[in-house]
Amino acid sequence: MSKAAETRIPLSDISVSRQPNASIAVVGGPNSGKSTLFNRLTGLRQRIGNYPGVTVERHVGTLKTDGKTIELVDLPGTHGLSAHSFEEQIAINVIFGRMEGTQPPDAILAVVDATNLYQGLFLVQQLLELERPVVVALTMFDVADTSGLNIDVAALSAHLSGIPVCPVVATTGKGINELRNVLVDLADQPAPAPAESWPELSAAAEQLARFATVPLRRAEIERLLIDGAAGANQHVLECLGANAAAEIERHREKLFGFDPPLAKEARVRYGWVRKVLDEVQQTVPPFYSWRTRLTEWINRPVPGTIGLFLVMAIVFQAVFAWATPIMDLIDDGTAVLGSVVAAGLGDGALASLVSDGIIAGVGSVIIFLPQILILFLFIILLEDSGYLARAAYLMDRAMRLVGLSGQSIIPMISSFACAVPGIMATRVIPNRRDRIATIIAAPFMTCSARLPVYALLIAAFVPAQAIGFLNLQGLVLFALYMFGIIAGILTALLLRKTALRGPKPPFALMLPEFRRPNIQTVMIQLLGRAKVFLYRAGTVIFSVAVVVWALAYYPRATDIDPTLTENQASAAQLEQSWLGRAGKFVEPAFEPLGWDWRVSSAVIAGFPAREVVIAVLGTVYAVGDEADEATLSQRLKSATWPDGRLVFTFPMVIGLLIFYACCLQCAATLAVIRRETNTWRWPAFAWLYMTSIGYVGALLAYQLL
Amino acid sequence: MDANGKTLASLKRGQKGVISSVDATDPQVQRLMVLGLVEGAEVEHAGCALGGDPMEFRFFGCGISLRREQALSFSVSSHGSGV
Repeated sequence: MSKAAETRIPLSDISVSRQPNASIAVVGGPNSGKSTLFNRLTGLRQRIGNYPGVTVERHVGTLKTDGKTIELVDLPGTHGLSAHSFEEQIAINVIFGRMEGTQPPDAILAVVDATNLYQGLFLVQQLLELERPVVVALTMFDVADTSGLNIDVAALSAHLSGIPVCPVVATTGKGINELRNVLVDLADQPAPAPAESWPELSAAAEQLARFATVPLRRAEIERLLIDGAAGANQHVLECLGANAAAEIERHREKLFGFDPPLAKEARVRYGWVRKVLDEVQQTVPPFYSWRTRLTEWINRPVPGTIGLFLVMAIVFQAVFAWATPIMDLIDDGTAVLGSVVAAGLGDGALASLVSDGIIAGVGSVIIFLPQILILFLFIILLEDSGYLARAAYLMDRAMRLVGLSGQSIIPMISSFACAVPGIMATRVIPNRRDRIATIIAAPFMTCSARLPVYALLIAAFVPAQAIGFLNLQGLVLFALYMFGIIAGILTALLLRKTALRGPKPPFALMLPEFRRPNIQTVMIQLLGRAKVFLYRAGTVIFSVAVVVWALAYYPRATDIDPTLTENQASAAQLEQSWLGRAGKFVEPAFEPLGWDWRVSSAVIAGFPAREVVIAVLGTVYAVGDEADEATLSQRLKSATWPDGRLVFTFPMVIGLLIFYACCLQCAATLAVIRRETNTWRWPAFAWLYMTSIGYVGALLAYQLL
Repeated sequence: MDANGKTLASLKRGQKGVISSVDATDPQVQRLMVLGLVEGAEVEHAGCALGGDPMEFRFFGCGISLRREQALSFSVSSHGSGV
């Protein structure tokens, strides 16, 4: 069964992995314990990539037993073989072998949560029609036991055309060896007989298959009958030819009558599932577990909502407080590394490129890694324990007021640390309009890269006077956070009323039971996401850091007064560099905002990554690397226009803060918006929109205050 | 719709009902049927968010959250008063 292995393995992997003997697709509903089982079976022998042209992750692992190599492909969760979301469509395309660059699987591993046979068996019925060998893994068998479900595995297998059914506990490894033994030979087993649940449908598909010009699977013809000829089914219709059209209509009429076909399918299949459950599953009074208690308590609206705010507060606290010591360490580390390298390389362009450009630039990304990892860790923990769905459910009503749904809440919260993971987290939103509105609103949330700029300007220019029991500085910071939230919400609302107008999306969300997250699964996911972040953000920031460095470094000044101090010399160099010239060139545009060319150059340099601004301000105001922020803020305070007026007046600073709160100065965010929306239109729109709002806001503040 | 006009939305917290008919014309409702909300399924109203919307329902070991307006498409015949 190694027929297509050559095309399936990227060239780079041929040296390390041998051709697999068979490829098995791991199919199951969301929350079926699919990923935990997949990780248990393959361990670290897996690689994560993307399906061509889309952002859906492709997890491929290998299983080695008895000298055979079996390739396992973990598909996105799906409830059935008719797609209702983009990720489900990908899973179904892979199962049917319609995915570009992937071969159809040789066999299917169906993952069914033993505590939720009801939905699981709906999917298994459809998988039996694929005419490929199928094995069912009953996950969380221990939980089923303690919650009072007695499952007769042999009887269940008998109802499912006799295919093997393996009870497993993926967290402890119980039953895994038995399952592995089945998987090794699975691809060589005969395909199962049609499902007994809807013989009329199987018979109709069997009969229509005779019209086929190329071999078609029963399941493919059944999808054509039920879902119609839209999308990928068009191909099935063509394979059946024009002669089959009348037959198809006759069968549809006979099978569905006046019912919508999908509704009819649900009625027939779940009717059969209930009959089977009566025979194979006995319910004894459940053990009253902590899960039940917790679920019951959290289901009360008030404690549930308070609980949600507590959880969010803990996540915030963790992201901002726990990460600080590590971030300081990284900050010091980059500074030391930069100076060591600079000392070692001497004084030329290369030394400057390596220490000021690459080390400082890449360091500015790495410094956010602790926060992002902590944030990812919490999101994965919440997701794995089943709480994330509940947070969406609790917040749905509030989010609906602004035209979004509960699922937007997690991306929004994540964006307070960094918009990049926030935007990546929008993948859970099934509705495209909702998802894009959330993606465009997310960068308005005050990310941790804005914080240093806020802190510097507030400490320098907002008096620390008390207002009641509050402090004006704290109040301004709070106002800036609120400003971001409100601007984001209004943006989402505006988009949903104009460009993304559409019917209110339904909100049907499966709410899984709480379960203890599995350490192995959490760690594998965390590692995977960290790698993706570092690679994507790292490559962008790296190139950007080099470009900004070059703009500030070239052309070299030839006539700098040798009596100047080192700091004044580097300021003079910057003034006549491309960056300084650009700042002067755009000064007229920013003059109505009260910015001189130095502020303008810093802002231009900050467009790829906003945290660069402080470093550029430091250089341009000639304080040098060794000075701390207090001296920088003093320099800013005394900066003047050529005619002696102060540059940093109160209205100008408020305008600058508003500009920072809005402006999308982050190449990594733009890149991730491009990836997630699959077009340049949305990042271009987001950039123009946010920059204009920032400009107008700063203009109004400067002119009116 | 049932003679008594009861739907999933009129179940009280902790109350159970059996779905007696589903108005399946809306594709969104068909989607919910694919998730298992079909005639004959016994469903319990397990809780709700602040303000009573969305609602959480449990059936055969799975939980689902629906908005009130979606719950209106499912008629139930009440049976048993639950816990």
